[in-house]
Amino acid sequence: MTKTNLAGIGVFLLVVFVAVPMMIAVSGRWDFYYTLTSVALLSIGSAGVWLTFYIGRINIGQGAYALMGGYVSAVLMTKVGVSFWLTLPLAGLFCAVISVAIGLPILRLRGVYFAMITLVLTEVTRLTALALPVTNGAKGITSIPLPGALTVFGVPLIPDFATIENPKLAFYLLAVTLMVLTYAALWRIVNSRLGHLCRSLQQNEELASSIGVNTAHLRLLAYAISSFFGGIAGAVFVAISQSIYPSSFVVTDSVNFMLYCFVGGLGFVMGPMLGTFLLYFGWDLLSVAREYQLLIYSAAMIALMLVLPNGVLSLFDRREGPK
Amino acid sequence: MMPILQIKNLTKRYGGLTANNDISFDVAEGEILSVIGPNGAGKSTLFKQIASFVSVTSGEVLFRGKTISNLAPHVVARMGVVRTFQETTIFKSMTVRENIIVAHHLRSKASLLGFFLGSKLARADEAAFGKSADDIVDFLGLEAIRNELASNLPQGHLRALGMAIGLATGPTVLLLDEPFAGMNHDETMKMVASVRRLRDERGVTVMLVEHDMPAVMKISDRIVVINFGEKIAEGTPAEIQANPRVIEAYLGSEDAAIGM
Ligand SMILES: Nc1ncnc2c1ncn2[C@@H]1O[C@H](COP(=O)(O)OP(=O)(O)OP(=O)(O)O)[C@@H](O)[C@H]1O
Ligand SMILES: [Mg+2]
Repeated sequence: MTKTNLAGIGVFLLVVFVAVPMMIAVSGRWDFYYTLTSVALLSIGSAGVWLTFYIGRINIGQGAYALMGGYVSAVLMTKVGVSFWLTLPLAGLFCAVISVAIGLPILRLRGVYFAMITLVLTEVTRLTALALPVTNGAKGITSIPLPGALTVFGVPLIPDFATIENPKLAFYLLAVTLMVLTYAALWRIVNSRLGHLCRSLQQNEELASSIGVNTAHLRLLAYAISSFFGGIAGAVFVAISQSIYPSSFVVTDSVNFMLYCFVGGLGFVMGPMLGTFLLYFGWDLLSVAREYQLLIYSAAMIALMLVLPNGVLSLFDRREGPK
Repeated sequence: MMPILQIKNLTKRYGGLTANNDISFDVAEGEILSVIGPNGAGKSTLFKQIASFVSVTSGEVLFRGKTISNLAPHVVARMGVVRTFQETTIFKSMTVRENIIVAHHLRSKASLLGFFLGSKLARADEAAFGKSADDIVDFLGLEAIRNELASNLPQGHLRALGMAIGLATGPTVLLLDEPFAGMNHDETMKMVASVRRLRDERGVTVMLVEHDMPAVMKISDRIVVINFGEKIAEGTPAEIQANPRVIEAYLGSEDAAIGM
């Protein structure tokens, strides 16, 4: 890692952990916490979608895993009484396991075929949530308790969110912490052998298998990691809204996850994060345009894709390969 | 000594089309064996069957006495039987060196998790791969294009890179499908020398498909000739050049250039 990289990371951490909370406190725009928390969580989901792009698959099904993760956390907390902090990794793992079962038959497909099936996946998950007794049908699961205290070996790490005077800030800090961890992991993946193999898969699957890569395994692994991220994002969303319904994540959300990756740039680890921020925050800011919100948003999106087909980050770097 | 590869009654049918039919021959360890024949004879299909990139309709391939037919290609590669491609097949958006490094996959001692965490073993692997990649670059004389993006390379260099990728896996048997295609005379002669050294210095058994007859005659210990999916001859270069069935097969096609 170069010095500029390190400096960039330092500045980024300062901004999200210090500058943003300070600016919000000064400006009194507390509503930004909700927006930025959403951006952080959504960009965890986008990171997963980006990784499936990285093995050459178009994933329009991340909403399904966000929904599953949310339900796993909600059910475990309300029906079994498990602590939120434990449901968080469990939600991710659940999604990873399910994605292996789903990926086994469908990851063989390429291009539009894989994309279409993942698109249907979100709808299937919604219908499943409607039908299953454990998810409580259309009524969903409500009155989910806030995350409790987290103590590890008697050391209190995180206080009970119900007793915190500013839970908005607490959720924001939780979301950006998870986001930072996710992108650190993604960066490591891309810059380690796993990422190199993913690139080999993306560029030529036949050649990859000729050099001994078990392409089926590798695709499953990438997809499982991707879905793990989706599940984590969903679980935290549920903790914030304290409720989940079959319509909490729908096909539009899945499509959005994919668009975030496109807009940010598929060749850049930070692409999905930036894309999520620009689109989600931009959408939010555009609410002043009222009935023209969607029109302006869509026009801006089309313009972006025309002018910068390789994503916004391609403005700053025209080298090929991972950044 | 047991042959390293035994091709036994290999047949491949695509629907009604028979790509090759009842082909049998042995490959001795450390030999350079060429498979020649007119366009569409079934040479590439034969290589794909050996490397398990396509299933066999009937017959089988034995590697050191054990069948390797109808396994997954990465399993066969792991056993040491590695093919290169007739079509230009490289990782386009990687540099030459990155292409070769990634192809060292089979030689990693560390797990993927180890690589993710940057374990000691993983760092040792990375260092070893980098060094070995540089060796391969030197071996094939690719120093000048080491850090060139693969998509920018001319045809001749692409063929060499394809071979470098195959080499990086540490093969026991390397199947080269038209390794000299698109190369000029000098490049071809350099590659011929490299393939020879591959066998002499590294003990790799080499099978190759080639249309460049002077190169084939120069490089091969033995030659197998296929025509319309059938093996019509097998022997040393001198025997093949004198074989009437071979001459007839080649005179019937455009490249009537078997005698030289
Ligand atoms: N996947 C496939 N499906 C159907 N037919 C195929 C397939 N692959 C090859 N063939 C046919 O099998 C026959 C043998 O093809 P193959 O590629 O093995 O020939 P070849 O000897 O390598 O020819 P060349 O010298 O032109 O490379 C051809 O008639 C070809 O059209
Ligand atoms: Mg061929």
